[in-house]
Amino acid sequence: MLTLLFDGIAYGMLLFILAVGLAVTMGLMNFINLAHGAFAMAGGYITVLLMQRAGVPFLACLPLAFLGSALLGAVLERTLYRPLYNKPHLDQVLFSIGLTFMAVAATDYFIGSSQQIIQLPEWLKGRTELGEGAWMLGMGHYRLFIIAVCAALTVALQYVLTKTRFGSRLRASVDDQRVAAGLGINVNIVFLATFAVGSGLAGLGGALGAEVLGLDPTFPLKFMIYFLIVVAVGGTSSITGPLLAALLLGVADVAGKYYIPKLGGFIVYSLMIAILIWRPQGLFVRQGGKS
Amino acid sequence: MKVPVRWAWWEAVLWIALLASPLVFRERALLINEIAIVALFAVSLDLILGFTGIVSLGHAAFFGMGAYAAALFAKLVMPDPLVGLLVAIGVSTLLGAVCSMTIIRGSDLTRLMVTLGVGLILAELANKLDWLTGGADGLQGVIMGPLLGRFEFDLYGQTSALYSLLVLFLLFVLARHLVNSPFGATLKAIRDNRLRAMAIGIPVTQRIALVYTIAAGMAGAAGGLLAQTSGFASLDVFEFHRSADVMLVLVVGGTGWLYGGVAGALVFTLLQNFISSITPQYWTFWIGLFLVVLVQVGRERLLRPWTWWSVLRSGGSK
Amino acid sequence: MTTITKRFFLSTLTGAAMLALGATAALAGEPLKIGMVLPMSGPFASYGKQIESGARLYLAQSGGTFSGRKVELIIKDDTGVAPEISKRAAQELVVKDKVDILAGFGLTPSAFAVAPIATEAKKPMIVMNAATSAITTKSEYILRVSHTLPQVTAPIASWAAKNKIKKVFTLVADFGPGLDAAAQFKKTFTAAGGEVVGEVRTPVKSPDFAPFLQKIKDAAPEAVFLFVPPGEQTIAFIKGFAERDLAKAGIRIIATGDLSDEDILDSLGDGALGVVTSHHYSTYHPSAVNKKFVEAFQKANKGMRPNFMAVGGYDGMRVIYEALKVTKGNGGGDALLAAMKGQIFESPRGPMFIDAQTRDVVQNIYLRKVERKDGQLYNVEFDVIKDVKDPGKAR
Repeated sequence: MLTLLFDGIAYGMLLFILAVGLAVTMGLMNFINLAHGAFAMAGGYITVLLMQRAGVPFLACLPLAFLGSALLGAVLERTLYRPLYNKPHLDQVLFSIGLTFMAVAATDYFIGSSQQIIQLPEWLKGRTELGEGAWMLGMGHYRLFIIAVCAALTVALQYVLTKTRFGSRLRASVDDQRVAAGLGINVNIVFLATFAVGSGLAGLGGALGAEVLGLDPTFPLKFMIYFLIVVAVGGTSSITGPLLAALLLGVADVAGKYYIPKLGGFIVYSLMIAILIWRPQGLFVRQGGKS
Repeated sequence: MKVPVRWAWWEAVLWIALLASPLVFRERALLINEIAIVALFAVSLDLILGFTGIVSLGHAAFFGMGAYAAALFAKLVMPDPLVGLLVAIGVSTLLGAVCSMTIIRGSDLTRLMVTLGVGLILAELANKLDWLTGGADGLQGVIMGPLLGRFEFDLYGQTSALYSLLVLFLLFVLARHLVNSPFGATLKAIRDNRLRAMAIGIPVTQRIALVYTIAAGMAGAAGGLLAQTSGFASLDVFEFHRSADVMLVLVVGGTGWLYGGVAGALVFTLLQNFISSITPQYWTFWIGLFLVVLVQVGRERLLRPWTWWSVLRSGGSK
Repeated sequence: MTTITKRFFLSTLTGAAMLALGATAALAGEPLKIGMVLPMSGPFASYGKQIESGARLYLAQSGGTFSGRKVELIIKDDTGVAPEISKRAAQELVVKDKVDILAGFGLTPSAFAVAPIATEAKKPMIVMNAATSAITTKSEYILRVSHTLPQVTAPIASWAAKNKIKKVFTLVADFGPGLDAAAQFKKTFTAAGGEVVGEVRTPVKSPDFAPFLQKIKDAAPEAVFLFVPPGEQTIAFIKGFAERDLAKAGIRIIATGDLSDEDILDSLGDGALGVVTSHHYSTYHPSAVNKKFVEAFQKANKGMRPNFMAVGGYDGMRVIYEALKVTKGNGGGDALLAAMKGQIFESPRGPMFIDAQTRDVVQNIYLRKVERKDGQLYNVEFDVIKDVKDPGKAR
């Protein structure tokens, strides 16, 4: 059971890193970006290709995945996303679905539709087991690594958000864009930087997750619902909201599939619907924030 | 563009042409059948999306429900298609009524999530209850009885096409009547500004629930038609891409216009057939590209080709 | 809109003209059209590739004509598990392309969906891969040249019982062949004195094995019996299995040959060494016919190894060829079907026989172990059970 908890937490933290960029950009730009998963996929494929074709070691690929996706995000934000900020949500939905379809098909065409396999370095393979019997805690080393990296990132994000000037500018823009611009904050730059970092984090998540979640061209569509759940349940006005939502989701999913394999998928969706009906603004939203 | 209040001459011509098409184009009856079903599905989405402003990514839930209801009814109770269709409509209307409670609260995002979630839950349900639905293998053994006791559903599809077109026509007339009535006017008011609609006393929640339920019933009819004309139902009817495709169909044809669903279905299905025969797997790429370009350029411009020129000159929308 | 209507008109006119022409043409000399419904894209694209390559190899080897008629293969992609698409593809093949024979079918749902079309159109339907027992009962026109899951599962179940494996946990994909495999395994294994300590079904599309692997570990069986569609799922399973150290916990893997399918065998790596499976075809099968087949296949396909699906495609075409010889080139559905039943011949897999009553295949099933030979992993046969009929039919 402890192992399940551990697995659930690892899964949840991974989801958090994948989805936090989406949460922030949605809160900031009020833009429903269903293509977020495509940036994650980009990061994953960058890693796989670098490892397979150029022999780059796994650890070095992670920052490269981050940078690659961040760059992609920055370029796309400036060119394609920016004109759509004030358009109705339907347009944004259509646009991001279109982008996702393109990404999925293009990846399928250039790389092929089979699952990509990552060969982890030796020190990340293996498992440590503590305790016995029902209380045994089995920790895969890779999952430990994921938890460690994601925890570090979370702390870093929280620091940037609360203790730096950029962070306060970001929070101001999320709260009220117009007033922030009126105060002289360059909202465009804030948007660009945030979108880039958010996409970069997604890319990093994709690279980390390739081993655990699998990586194939349909990744953005498969996991889109999970990212959206994290954002919808966690709210878009903080990082702790999505973090808690992601952990909840991760543990519920893993536990559900173990204890009631027949209903595994349901639990997550039903939970989400129930939460959203009860608290449409999200579970962890602070009062007074923008929805 | 709007639906004319009184029947215009071009509408009469269009419908006569549509209803006659399976008799003229005998080889393409299957294709025409597909177009009719997609059109009905799109028109049902138009009621909630174009006229009431609800963005739903899970409309396929009702489509699938109708499909399975019709298929199961034919297999387990009675193979008569008309009764089965009514059952399908009934079941999906019921589901719509239940689900309408979930979409009333919350922002666009919340509604998106909830509709998506409902769609996915139904897909999972259909998968898990495989003793009833056949699971991933699909529901087999559905033998449809002849329509009105005389017209068999055969491989060549003429009966299917005519059947679907007639159902489309009837439900279209119903929808048309609905949107041109005072009820329809309140829907448009809700779409344009919900707060203002509430301020002038329109029972917003009730209206939304009602139109959602009606739209669900219509979508269920489309699903039922699909199941009946193909004698088969599979999990595919619940898939996300169905909800996404129908939204695209509607957008291509134009929202808020009812005929947008029909026009979009025609263009979309023909295009899909054509492109799929060239590159079957990369069809999604072209759809995606089309969506991206369409939104960048501006949706309204699609139906006004003379505005394309100004876009090209100014280099993108403002 | 006018261009489209014009196109409609033109294509209908041409279509009508062609029909008229076709009707007056003599039967002999007219091309034999075989419509193949295969997964050419998506997660099961490798199936389509293998089956098509096997079929084309046979075609090339017989010069492209069967009994004086040029053979035309029309391939439609049904993306794998999408019975709607399979059905539509088959309908188009019959109505628009006017094929004489339907063939292919990589996965069970597509075969189930197309069965009624074969019956209505009265065209023989050759199943080259789909392996659920009940498929051949869905239409009088279905004939199978591949295998069924019960057929290949029973031998491994008996082998396990005879080899000190008393407790087994079964994990199968939740659709036709998976359910067949689980049921057959339980039947044969428990009859031989074994115990099935747990059963789990995984979703057909993109399953996540982690929670199930944990469950298996907790149940502590001596072996886990696995059936999932070959390809990325088998790879994911082996990876997860190694990651959780199930082998260290003393759990073995036994499976049908889908696990060690030659297409992905090498990518399973050393984790697959020593795995025992039962199946009807191994690339390493030591017969002269097979050696020639493998060589020709690899030459025509840039070194790609043929697996059992390629053999399905190859033998399917052979059955059509032989049938056409008997009917002297006439393509009539019922006559062709009659000529296909009861065929007996030597395939690269070994001897095989199409039972005239069940229209299903009767063949040898081999027990194999994964070993490394000449730097590649192969399924090396160490035992054979001859002329196995599909036990699934008896149920």
